[in-house]
Amino acid sequence: MALAETPMQRERAQTIFEKSKPGRRAAALPDAEVPEPPLAELIPGHLLRTEPPRLPEVAEPEIVRHYNRLSRRNFDLDSGFYPLGSCTMKHNPRLNERVAALPGHARLHPAQEPKRAQGALELMWLLQRSLAEICGLPHVSLQPSAGSHGELAGLLLTRAFHADRGEVRTKVLAPDTSHGTNPASVTMAGYEIVKVATDSGGGVEMDDLRAKVDDEVACLMLTNPNTLGLFDENIAEIAGLIHGAGGTLYYDGANLNAVMGHSRPGEMGFDIVHVNLHKSFSQPHGGGGPGAGPIAVSDRIEPFLPCPQVVRRAGDNGHGPFFDLDCERPKSIGRLRGFQGNFGVFVRSYAYILSLGGDGLREASETAVLNANYLKARLAEGRAGKHLPVAFDRHCMHEFVLSGKPMKRELGIATLDLAKRLLDFGFHPPTVYFPLLVDEALMIEPTETETKESLDAFAEAIDRILAEAEADPEKAKHAPYTTPVRRLDEVKATRKPVVRQRL
Amino acid sequence: MSRYTSATPADRAEMLAAIGVDSAAELFGQVPEPLRLERPLALPDGLSEAEVHERLAALAARNADCEDQVCFLGAGMYDHYVPAIVDAITQRSEFLTPYTPYQPEISQGGLQAMFEFQTMMSELTALPVATAGLYEGPSSLASAGYLALGVGQGRRRFVVSRGVHPHSRETLATYSAGFDAEIEEVGLKGGVTDAAALAAAVDDRTAAVFLQSPNFLGAVEDVEALGAAAKERGALLVVAVDPMTLGVLKPPGECGADIALGEGQPLGNRLDFGGPSFGFFCGTEELIRKLPGRIAGETDDLDGRRGFVLALQTREQHIRREKATHNICTAQALNALAATIHLAWLGREGFRELGELLVRRTAYARERLAAVPGVELLHGRPVARELALRLDAPVERVLERCAERGIAAGYPLAREYPEYADALLVAITERRSKAQIDDLADALGAAISAEGGTFVPDSDTKVPGGAE
Repeated sequence: MALAETPMQRERAQTIFEKSKPGRRAAALPDAEVPEPPLAELIPGHLLRTEPPRLPEVAEPEIVRHYNRLSRRNFDLDSGFYPLGSCTMKHNPRLNERVAALPGHARLHPAQEPKRAQGALELMWLLQRSLAEICGLPHVSLQPSAGSHGELAGLLLTRAFHADRGEVRTKVLAPDTSHGTNPASVTMAGYEIVKVATDSGGGVEMDDLRAKVDDEVACLMLTNPNTLGLFDENIAEIAGLIHGAGGTLYYDGANLNAVMGHSRPGEMGFDIVHVNLHKSFSQPHGGGGPGAGPIAVSDRIEPFLPCPQVVRRAGDNGHGPFFDLDCERPKSIGRLRGFQGNFGVFVRSYAYILSLGGDGLREASETAVLNANYLKARLAEGRAGKHLPVAFDRHCMHEFVLSGKPMKRELGIATLDLAKRLLDFGFHPPTVYFPLLVDEALMIEPTETETKESLDAFAEAIDRILAEAEADPEKAKHAPYTTPVRRLDEVKATRKPVVRQRL
Repeated sequence: MSRYTSATPADRAEMLAAIGVDSAAELFGQVPEPLRLERPLALPDGLSEAEVHERLAALAARNADCEDQVCFLGAGMYDHYVPAIVDAITQRSEFLTPYTPYQPEISQGGLQAMFEFQTMMSELTALPVATAGLYEGPSSLASAGYLALGVGQGRRRFVVSRGVHPHSRETLATYSAGFDAEIEEVGLKGGVTDAAALAAAVDDRTAAVFLQSPNFLGAVEDVEALGAAAKERGALLVVAVDPMTLGVLKPPGECGADIALGEGQPLGNRLDFGGPSFGFFCGTEELIRKLPGRIAGETDDLDGRRGFVLALQTREQHIRREKATHNICTAQALNALAATIHLAWLGREGFRELGELLVRRTAYARERLAAVPGVELLHGRPVARELALRLDAPVERVLERCAERGIAAGYPLAREYPEYADALLVAITERRSKAQIDDLADALGAAISAEGGTFVPDSDTKVPGGAE
């Protein structure tokens, strides 16, 4: 089944350790300039290392070549369409990289006293105000390091909020379509997860919700639009039910890119929102981090926010305002991490917000929704429409979900095969097998920064793959062929894990 | 067209026609009317690229960074030199812009880099298993707490040395509200963890004992001796370490640690006012299926070619949901890549040499600074890269005087340790030259003298005595 090997495949993976040779080195270090007694005179021998760690020994040219070659074995957003649902793979402006690298940001020590970090604290305060406006909630903490960290923060805030009222609640509700981080965060925060069903329109099943809401429920976690890309029209009623029972409403902001400037979680009734700065606000994903997951909260949650909190104090005697780190927060849940948060991410996201402005953010969301609906319409035609029907046939927001179930039945290829064959066509596949509710799911989020031409090309690639499968399903089943490696044995990697190089 | 989009009016018209609606507004019809924002966001209008740059540069200019000041601040993050190749490689689109490697066939670069990173961290800590990275240091320590509760069936106590970074202790306490675990803190004695108090605090309900070496006061702890109490009672020994010291200090894996973790910033990552960086997390073989976060593993493809994948995913939230070992799904991959390149650049010899350089310059600084009138050591324990001093003058005022001379003299311990209200924590990196250390000694002497501390004849002349 294999085609001719690609140049990348002829190159067998070699690690930096396998390029090591004793005596080679890259680093040139400064002279000590100070007396150099034997180390054991400074630190007792039993606290010292006997053999240095076996790091590779390679000269700089080969290090550069090694990692450049490695980089070429990655597919990336700058090289092609990346419609990974719920991940918002939008363009990463290089302006943001440039301003984040300014020494005033990049070489600012986190323990610098506030008086000498006014620019950084003002930037954080401005970002807090911007996110508060976008979310429609008055208070923001930038501290959480990622969406999952924001979720944990939100649940700990909920716990503190109820504890403050003398209440003990044990359950957290989340739809069966929720991101996997939701239930994992619920467990970490010491609650029991209770799943809520999805109705025929893709929203929360109201009867099921009513049956499950009681005074043991601490919180309902939702994303809106949800992971099916659909706005839950019952959100006001849902909020009423949860609030009526004394619970909090948590907004998983993974899908915020659909509604910026159009609708705000605060007005929907949410108490706590996390924002993925690496999704809606253009922080590059870096192959799996860094990101940041600031949270915006309502007045009743504010006293419990993590510390420190960036605040603006009125200046005295004609001085301008003073930006400070506030740690005097007696009801605070405390710290979630070291120092102030992922400041470098804040710089990039604030630069993005300044670049777009309020109108630009609104238009970005509108175009994201337009692109998603257009691609959905293109994929409703022809072979895709026949073999890959949309899971819920209505206008979507920024993403939509197709089901590969008919394709599997009719053509004998699974969603995984389609995804792998897409790699040969130069596309990153959509998110697959999520949400769990849809059989053989493909979750597609094009984002606003893609051209119509990219969307058309993707729809054509899907059509060609389906046409090919009609003639010869084996082709997709053994795909990909052109990538640096072909399908990998993931079972082996879990049964007999080899997670470091033997030296 | 808004910035970074490309749908022309003609494109829009065609797209709307294909969808079968007249306007994009119709697509938002699913948002109930009362929930539609009927006014523009109260944010400024978008700016040109040049204007955004100017705005951000103006903010940056109001910070005193390590190019404006000679920086002796540490306390967990350090002003190390980041080699040029780190920037060049981490800014490549192929590393900067992909998502998590869910499609391994087109993510071999990132996955192999993770595998190399894991190997390096495993070497540094002398523990067999390393993960691909967590958010940062303090939350990694809190995650070790969560792991320990899962391992130590029914054990719900943590014993934590007061020498552990205050941010780590606070984060563990925050997380513990969810875990329903109790924390007992063990104090310091003569600069290091009080061994007798630690042994007394560990009992059969203790899930984990947390130490840090060097501790927050810069002192190298005898982890092996302290950890014996944890071993005897069957608690996990969790040790936070500064990776830059592991070229010279005995690694946690040789001291009986079950888990070694820490803040990764010193390895190839810039200060960034505190983040993003990464946390590293290493453990014993027995813990491999309990670890938090991503782990890359080696395997083969269909044709028998060597390749890498995310291994042990059955621990993770996207598979296991509420039964996952953790909720984390970021690996701080780009920051871990920076560390990998930095460590490759340092190499086996360079990494050890850098560690030795730090120890020797720190020893010099300690001797030089302790000789300044009005300065004495907070403790006499061995140090590797950071030292604690007591000042015979108000620390904040001394710091202000040093700052006026362009020196960030250190971290006032009073911020976190009221019992050391007169103390200053001074950090050394390879960027702090002997001349800068001498300048710091002068500045401290002059400042203490000016604040009415110990008498010095002339604040502008060199302090007599010193190290030589």
